[in-house]
Amino acid sequence: MSELKQKLTVSASPHFRSRQTSSGIMLDVIIALIPSLVAAYVIFGVRTLVLSAVSVISCVAFEYICRRVMKRHNTISDLSAVVTGLLVAFNVPANLPVWMIIIGDFFAIVIAKQFFGGIGQNFVNPALIGRIVLMSSFPSKMGSFPVPLVSTIPLTGATPLASLKTGEMPEQSLLGMFFGLRGGCLGEVCIAALIIGFIYLLVRRVISWHIPAFYIGTVAIIMLIAGKGDLGYVLYELMAGGLVLGAVFMATDYTTSPISTRGKFLYAVGCGILTSLIRIFGNLPEGVSFSIIIMNILVPLIEHITTPEPFGTPKKVKEAEGK
Amino acid sequence: MAEKKTLGKEFTKGLISENPVFRLVLGTCPTLAVSTSVASAIGMGVAATAVLLCSNIVISALRKVIPQKVRIPAYIVIIASFVTIIQLLVKAFVPALDSALGVYLPLIVVNCIILGRAEAFASKNAVLASALDGLGMGIGFTAALFLMSTVREILGSGTFLSGIKDLLAVFSSDITFNGFKIPFLSENPLTIFVLAPGGFFVFGILIALSNKLAERNGKPKAEINGCDTCPMAKNCALIADGKTCEEVDVG
Repeated sequence: MSELKQKLTVSASPHFRSRQTSSGIMLDVIIALIPSLVAAYVIFGVRTLVLSAVSVISCVAFEYICRRVMKRHNTISDLSAVVTGLLVAFNVPANLPVWMIIIGDFFAIVIAKQFFGGIGQNFVNPALIGRIVLMSSFPSKMGSFPVPLVSTIPLTGATPLASLKTGEMPEQSLLGMFFGLRGGCLGEVCIAALIIGFIYLLVRRVISWHIPAFYIGTVAIIMLIAGKGDLGYVLYELMAGGLVLGAVFMATDYTTSPISTRGKFLYAVGCGILTSLIRIFGNLPEGVSFSIIIMNILVPLIEHITTPEPFGTPKKVKEAEGK
Repeated sequence: MAEKKTLGKEFTKGLISENPVFRLVLGTCPTLAVSTSVASAIGMGVAATAVLLCSNIVISALRKVIPQKVRIPAYIVIIASFVTIIQLLVKAFVPALDSALGVYLPLIVVNCIILGRAEAFASKNAVLASALDGLGMGIGFTAALFLMSTVREILGSGTFLSGIKDLLAVFSSDITFNGFKIPFLSENPLTIFVLAPGGFFVFGILIALSNKLAERNGKPKAEINGCDTCPMAKNCALIADGKTCEEVDVG
């Protein structure tokens, strides 16, 4: 008997665990964001680093204080607050006053995340709440974008999206757009850096390709129709604004996106349709943040209609569940 | 002596322990809608208190005359009459408040605090007790509105008591005091607080704080679910069958 005991370990399930951890995933996301941070530093100068550092520090501080006050175990070591801090910074223009970004961080961490139970419980993306609060509170400061420090042609500061909205082609070249030589929020301008981050996340299997691809693909199709087949217009629309940043880093947040592939498809297409509608018909030039938030709220419903049925469910049970 | 004590209690319960907004969770719509500035919140609170006091008195006096089956229409007629009077008075003497409150002034008719007190209290209590109940609930409602609008106006507009001149003009037209400007905030207001989401943020946080206080005093939390806060609960056909709205899914 005692011999047997030595050979067998009795424990409750689960017996096999993935080596992935929350902090490991968050670290991967931070690494994936670094190319964009470097690009933003090159394009907008040292204020990039100041805003990012302040944002990260205040997010972590808010998370720590909040968990402390609510007498819950502390979660700052899972690094999710660092990711939120970086994403809030990536969603503001480089010349935003420092105290304003702290307010955005407060809403992101305290109101959107901790009031709803912390990591894994937030019903919308915290960083986007931070951005939306700042946008509706300080529209002029959030809407004035500095001109890139490095540029081959003189730019007036009009963002590509604002130009597209008035029906003109942007002054920036498509190549300039790709490398981020334009006005915009810190993290959204350099498409090349965002793609590097996206590939890293795919290789590390942190996210799947579905949501970004369906999201951007939907916008591309709608813009192709809206632009009457003008490919240049479509490319400008895809690279302008925060579409790539939102599709890769914010729409794919685990907590606020569906689990099944069918659900991801519905969710991403919904994001794409809403973004295009806001861009074409709305008053605001940009609609990525609002569309992702709206679809975040719809995720429980999407999950409800895309829950897979266990094989062999009797018909009667299906009827009782209303399917 | 005992009689006096209970009458006093009818008045004070509406202030804190049964505050209509934070404890009974009634009248949420006007609370969120008009608490963008302190001046309009006070105006709304006073108007609702006046209606509540008058309707409680009349409904209590007529409680034995009104037939059971048509009592809700009867209450609505009484409440609507007082609301009309108040609305005409406000239009005549404080036109600025009328334009600030807009549709929410006539909507006092369907304010569930007023109908709720008529149904839950005035219809089965004596006139004096009902009057005190109405006054207490009205002041509790005004206090809650004042609290919410203070937070929202200071953060959202960077001012405090802005526009109060139009309210004070009822007493004297010489008053020039028109509120304070908060130094830094008035140049950089957090506009989100005077928008709808800000109203929900402040409301949620204040309810959480009041629940925390209630918990400390050993009282139950304010619950939005369940039948306790529903003014119709006493006569609900569902409860007679031993069910709740959630179970039957009445929408």
